[in-house]
Amino acid sequence: MNVHTPLILAEGVYKRFGRTEVLRGIDLAVAPGEVCCIIGPSGSGKSTLLRCVNHLEKIQAGRIWVDGQMVGYADHGDHLQELPDREVQRRRAQIGMVFQRFNLFPHMTALENVVEGPIGVSRRPRAEAEEHARWLLERVGLAEKANAYPRHLSGGQQQRVAIARALAMRPRAMLFDEPTSALDPELVGEVLTVMKALAAEGMTMMVVTHEVSFAREVADTVVFMDEGQIVEHGPARDVIIDPQSPRTREFLTRVS
Amino acid sequence: MPVRPLRRPWRWGAGAVIIVVAALLARSIATNPRFEWSVAWDYVFSRQLAEGALMTLQLTVICMVIGVALGITLAIMRQSDLWLVRRAADLYVWFFRGTPVLVQIIFWFNLAALYPVIAVGVPGLEPWVTLDANTIITPMAAALLALGLNEAAYMSEIVRAGLLSVDDGQREAAQSLGMSRARIMRRIVLPQAMRVIIPPTGNETIGMLKTTALVSVVAVADLLYVTQTIYSQTFQTIPLLIAASIWYITLTTILSIGQARLEKRYSRGAHEVDTTPWTHRVRISLARFHAPVPRRLS
Ligand SMILES: Nc1ncnc2c1ncn2[C@@H]1O[C@H](COP(=O)(O)OP(=O)(O)OP(=O)(O)O)[C@@H](O)[C@H]1O
Ligand SMILES: [Mg+2]
Repeated sequence: MNVHTPLILAEGVYKRFGRTEVLRGIDLAVAPGEVCCIIGPSGSGKSTLLRCVNHLEKIQAGRIWVDGQMVGYADHGDHLQELPDREVQRRRAQIGMVFQRFNLFPHMTALENVVEGPIGVSRRPRAEAEEHARWLLERVGLAEKANAYPRHLSGGQQQRVAIARALAMRPRAMLFDEPTSALDPELVGEVLTVMKALAAEGMTMMVVTHEVSFAREVADTVVFMDEGQIVEHGPARDVIIDPQSPRTREFLTRVS
Repeated sequence: MPVRPLRRPWRWGAGAVIIVVAALLARSIATNPRFEWSVAWDYVFSRQLAEGALMTLQLTVICMVIGVALGITLAIMRQSDLWLVRRAADLYVWFFRGTPVLVQIIFWFNLAALYPVIAVGVPGLEPWVTLDANTIITPMAAALLALGLNEAAYMSEIVRAGLLSVDDGQREAAQSLGMSRARIMRRIVLPQAMRVIIPPTGNETIGMLKTTALVSVVAVADLLYVTQTIYSQTFQTIPLLIAASIWYITLTTILSIGQARLEKRYSRGAHEVDTTPWTHRVRISLARFHAPVPRRLS
């Protein structure tokens, strides 16, 4: 795979829950090392799109590829074969995900949270996994909190542990679903700083966010979604500073 | 300005009434010779009762192990994607909760009447093993089956409530790490569900210890059966029942202390480390023991 083929590719992705159409034909390409921010009003399908990329949701039509591998299916030429659970899990492990409400495991310390995946899923030796985990915790600025339980950490600290937990699987790409929306304003900065560092290192990232300034500063591309469709997609500066669609313009004036 | 505390004379009145009633009761119990306390006391330390108590404890432990294991299985089945699996588990719970456990004990005991021969194998082929129901369904087996299977129905409700108490975000986060369903259940969901599961399971265990007395009807040599056997010959009914009760109450007290310990352990990450002295903790668990345990019609 060369630099020009996308790391994440969605084609005609269609998803509905019962009778509500949530994604109505999404086409999107994210190049390796690209930071793609997704903005859009509530209910427009942003979270659902991320969940589909990680196969936490099944799609009804269209295809998604990550790193050249189709998500959830194997292409057998004349038909698509649904993948067995093990294979789905193996592929999920290659994509990191960070949630709005952190979702740290409350019965485990920060360190235990971070090593759970490497030890339990990737079968790495404990010593090696812990060393890597400590290094990751240091990178997110929480080296001294390794033995703290999530409830003793602030929201910003929890989210940074959650980022370390996702990174511990050495993912090809990271998906962030409104990582700062649940945080007190003064804690947003510390999480964004970690994400900026990650972007600077060349991590491929899809970030659903309401932080327009972050999108402007860090994103390579910005996608504006509304009612299950991509309304506008382009270089970050263009979409944010000079949006073409009136819907994008209206949304941006509302959030900023 | 001086503060005059509110007078609550009725509190003193209520206290006095309780003390007087308790004193009268205590005197009557201590002085009525027909309680035969010395006889009761001797039997508490008798070999027969100790063996009966051991049997009661064994039954409790084995039945709870069956109940918990099967209860977890049923609770997981009830969350299955497959309609048939869910309904099968519902049917099980409905059936075992809907029939008295005493009836179930007698039923299993008489299973041989229904199926004199139990064959294991593939339907239509020569069976691999053929068993005589009368020899394998011993009183003990009937007791374990009835109490264990019945308990599973109740435990599945408790486990289900525990599983439902775990936030969906936990499963999602675990899935996104690539964890398998079984591992998510074992490492992420069950440990968190335990905080909800443990307290009522403790109550169930204490309830089970007492419910095992029912197996005396099929002549399993539990604490009550042993007691009955003795007093049917010596006619010292009251002192023997007192001796048995002393055993029951001692065992349930020990269980409730164990319950308090387990609860603390599974609240890891949810509470500060408990620094209360152990004497206080015993008092707390005794208080819980005295609190009414919700009874069920089993
Ligand atoms: N599991 C589900 N079952 C039914 N409907 C769902 C489910 N998940 C999402 N939806 C619906 O799909 C639509 C899109 O949801 P989604 O969470 O993707 O939106 P979003 O863009 O992330 O919004 P927000 O900014 O509020 O997070 C909503 O109308 C929502 O009600
Ligand atoms: Mg969302």
